[in-house]
Amino acid sequence: MSALLDGSYRFEGFVVGASNRLAASAARAVADAPGSAYNPLFVYGGSGLGKTHLVAAIAHEARQQRPALRIEFTTGEEVAERLHVAIASGQPQRVAEHYQLVDLLILDDMQFLTGQRETQSELLRLFNMLQGSGRQLVLTSDRQPSEIPDVDQRLLSRLSGGLVVDVGAPDFEMRLAILRNVSLARGFEAAAGVLDEVARLAFGNVRELKGALNKLSAYQQLEGQPVAAADVRAILGERPLTTPPARIAAIIPEGTTEYDGFLADVLLEVETRVEPWRVQVGEAIDSWRQAGYLTGVLERALGFQAAPDVQGLLQTFAAAVEHLRGLEDDAAALDPTYRGHRVFRNVEGIAEALVVRDQLRRTALPLPAPAPAYTRETLDVGGPNQLAARAFDGVLEEPGQRFNPLVVHGPVGSGKTHFAHALGNALRVASPEKSVACLAADRFVEELVVAMQEGGVERWRARYQQADVFILEDIHRLVDKERSQDELFRLFNVLHDRGSQIVLTSERPTREMPGLADRLRSRFEGGLVVALTPRERPRLTQRPPHVAGELDRSFLDAEKMIWAWPDLGGRLIEEYR
Amino acid sequence: MPIVDHAMRLITCKLVYYGPGRSGKTTNLTYLHSALPSGQVGSLTSLATRRDRTLFFDYLPVDLGTVGAYNVRFQLYTVPGQPYYRAIRQLVLQGADGIAFVADSQQHRWEDNIDSLQDMHANLAEHGVNARDLPIVMQYNKQDLPASMAATVADLAAALNFRGVPEFAADALNGPGVFDTLRTLGMRVLRRLGTEEAAA
Repeated sequence: MSALLDGSYRFEGFVVGASNRLAASAARAVADAPGSAYNPLFVYGGSGLGKTHLVAAIAHEARQQRPALRIEFTTGEEVAERLHVAIASGQPQRVAEHYQLVDLLILDDMQFLTGQRETQSELLRLFNMLQGSGRQLVLTSDRQPSEIPDVDQRLLSRLSGGLVVDVGAPDFEMRLAILRNVSLARGFEAAAGVLDEVARLAFGNVRELKGALNKLSAYQQLEGQPVAAADVRAILGERPLTTPPARIAAIIPEGTTEYDGFLADVLLEVETRVEPWRVQVGEAIDSWRQAGYLTGVLERALGFQAAPDVQGLLQTFAAAVEHLRGLEDDAAALDPTYRGHRVFRNVEGIAEALVVRDQLRRTALPLPAPAPAYTRETLDVGGPNQLAARAFDGVLEEPGQRFNPLVVHGPVGSGKTHFAHALGNALRVASPEKSVACLAADRFVEELVVAMQEGGVERWRARYQQADVFILEDIHRLVDKERSQDELFRLFNVLHDRGSQIVLTSERPTREMPGLADRLRSRFEGGLVVALTPRERPRLTQRPPHVAGELDRSFLDAEKMIWAWPDLGGRLIEEYR
Repeated sequence: MPIVDHAMRLITCKLVYYGPGRSGKTTNLTYLHSALPSGQVGSLTSLATRRDRTLFFDYLPVDLGTVGAYNVRFQLYTVPGQPYYRAIRQLVLQGADGIAFVADSQQHRWEDNIDSLQDMHANLAEHGVNARDLPIVMQYNKQDLPASMAATVADLAAALNFRGVPEFAADALNGPGVFDTLRTLGMRVLRRLGTEEAAA
C-alpha cells in the first residue's frame, strides 16, 4: 500500500450525510467485495469534501477483511510520472507489469491526467487489463469524467462505465458531526455552542471546516481560556454580528438547528434593514391601539420618507390621549354609558369630545340638597339625644371616617329630618367643595322607577355615586322593595369604598324591619346606630293665651320653622292625623 | 416588495415556486411542511387534480414568529406548471416578492425548463416587473437521479442561470437543497426591506 495512505482515513471516521450518502454506500460495497460491484467506482466532488478519505477507507477496510489483498493507492500524477519514466527508459511494459500484480488499484486525483494523451493511452490499456482480470479500480477526481478536459473518449467511456458518484458540500448537521468527530480526535474541548456556531458558517468543504477548528483550537491555547460561541465569527474573520449577541442568544437556544440559524439571519436582516424610528412609531401604534385609541396620526407618520421628530410626535400624541381621558372621566361621572365612547378615542376629535362633555354637564341634574332651614343650632340636643348630638359632631369632624354609616332612628316627631338635613348643611358649610345628596326613600324609589322607564339607570346611579355625603331618610320605606334595596346596596358599597359619609334615618331600628335585606342590615349596623327620642311639645289645647294684636307664635318652636311652609304643612298633618 | 406593517409589526413576504409541471414545486412545500417546526408552519393548502398535479396553486404559510421587533411571515405559493394554466400563473405571480425557479433535472425535461423560465419572464414583464430586480434563486431538483438520467448542475446552470443567481442542487423528496433554497430566497427578499421603504 502506498505511503500516501493516511491511516486515520477509515469508514468509522467518515461522517455520512445527504451530500455523500450514495458515495459512502458504494465505497463500502467495493471494500466488502472488490472487483464484483461498481467497477470502476468513480468518486468526484470539490476539493476538501472527503474523496480521498473515502477511497482510503476502502483500502483500509479491504485490507482488514482480506489481508492478502494487494492494494495500490496512488495518484494520477504519480502514475503519469511512473509512465513517463518507463517510456523514457524504453520499457513502458514495466508499468503494466507493476500494476498487473495489484488486486485493488485506487487512483486519486484523476484530473491531473488532463491533456496527457500518451499517458491516457497507457492508462486505458492498464484499465482494460485490470478489469478484464476482475480486479477493482477506484478513481477520484474534482469533476465528473465528462468534464475532465482532453480525455480520450475510450478512457472516458471506461471511467463512466461503472458507478459515478459525487460527494457534495456538507450541510449544517453534517458539518456539526464532522466538527464533533475532529474535536474528539484532537482533544479540543469546545465551549457550549462553539461547534454549532462554526457549523453554521457556510464552509464549502471539510478541509476549510477543519482549518477553522484548528484556528479556534490555537486561539484557545494562546488565550488560555475557552473561546465563546459569540466570538467564533470574529476569530474566524467572518462578518461580525451587527446586533447584540445577547439578543440573538436569547432567541436561539442551545442545541440550535439549521432552522434556528435561519431565524438568526432573518433577525439580522430585519434589524439591519428596518429603520429604528419606524419600529418605535410602530410599537407606539400597537400600544395605543391595544388601549383602544385611533392612531391615524401616527400611521400617517409612518408614510414619511425621512424620520420625523419621533419623540415630539409621541409626546404630543400621549398628551392628547391624556386630555381625552380627562374628558372621558368627566363624562362618565355624569353618565357612565359614555365610558369608552368612540368620541373619547380619537385624538383628532378632541373638539367633538369637548362638545359631548359640555352637553352632558348642561343636562345633568343636581343632587337633591338638604333644606337650608335645618341647622345644628336649632337642633334639640338635650337629654336623651346627647348621643345623637355627639355623633353629629363626630361626623362633622371626620366625615366618612368614624361613624359611617350613621343610622338615626326614632318615631315620628323625634327630629330625624331636622337631624339629617342639619348634618347635611353643616357638612356643606364645613367643606363647600363636597357634594351632598339628601333625599327621602320615597323619592329614591320614584327616581329609580323613572330611570328604569327611561333606560337611564346607569346615569341615575352615577349621579349618586359621585356624592361625598349621602343622606337617605326613612329607609323603612324601602321594606319589601327588593330592587330599590339592591340599588341601595350597590350604592352603599360604592360610597363606603370611596369614603363618602352615609347618613340614614328610619322610624324604627333596622332589626325591626323584617323586609330589609340582611346584607343591608348588617352594613347599616356596621356603623353607628343612634336613637332620637321625641321631646315634649305643647299640645294645641295647651296653647298659651293669644294676645290680641300680636303674631301667634305658638307654631314657632325650635323644630318647625314658619318659613318652611311646605314642610311645616307636612308636620302639621303628621301632628294631627 | 415585502409588506411591512409597522403598526402590527408584521413583515409578510410572498415567495413563489415557479417551474415546469411536475418539477417538484409542490414537493418542496410538502417537505417544508413536514420539516419545519409545527408551531411555525400552517396547513398546506393544495388544490390538486386526481393525478396530483397542482390545479390552481399550493399555499403554505410559514410564520417565523417574532424576530426582533417584528413578526416575520413567509407565504409560499406554487404555480401550476402545465402550459395551459398561464392565466393562473400570472395571478399567483402577482405581488411576488421572490421566486424560486424549480427546474427538473431530468434530461428529457430540458426544453420544459427553458420554456417555463421564458414563461416566467414573460409573466413578470406583464406585471411590469423586471426579473433583474426581483430576488430569484434556481433549484435543480431531482439531482438524486442516476447520472444517466439527470442533467448536471453545470449544464443546467449554463442553460438556465444566465443571470448568475444563487442555485441549488436538490432532492425535494428527501430534503437536500430544499431548505437552502427557501433560506437564500427569504434572505434576499428581506434584504430589500430598507431600500424599498426608502423609495416608497
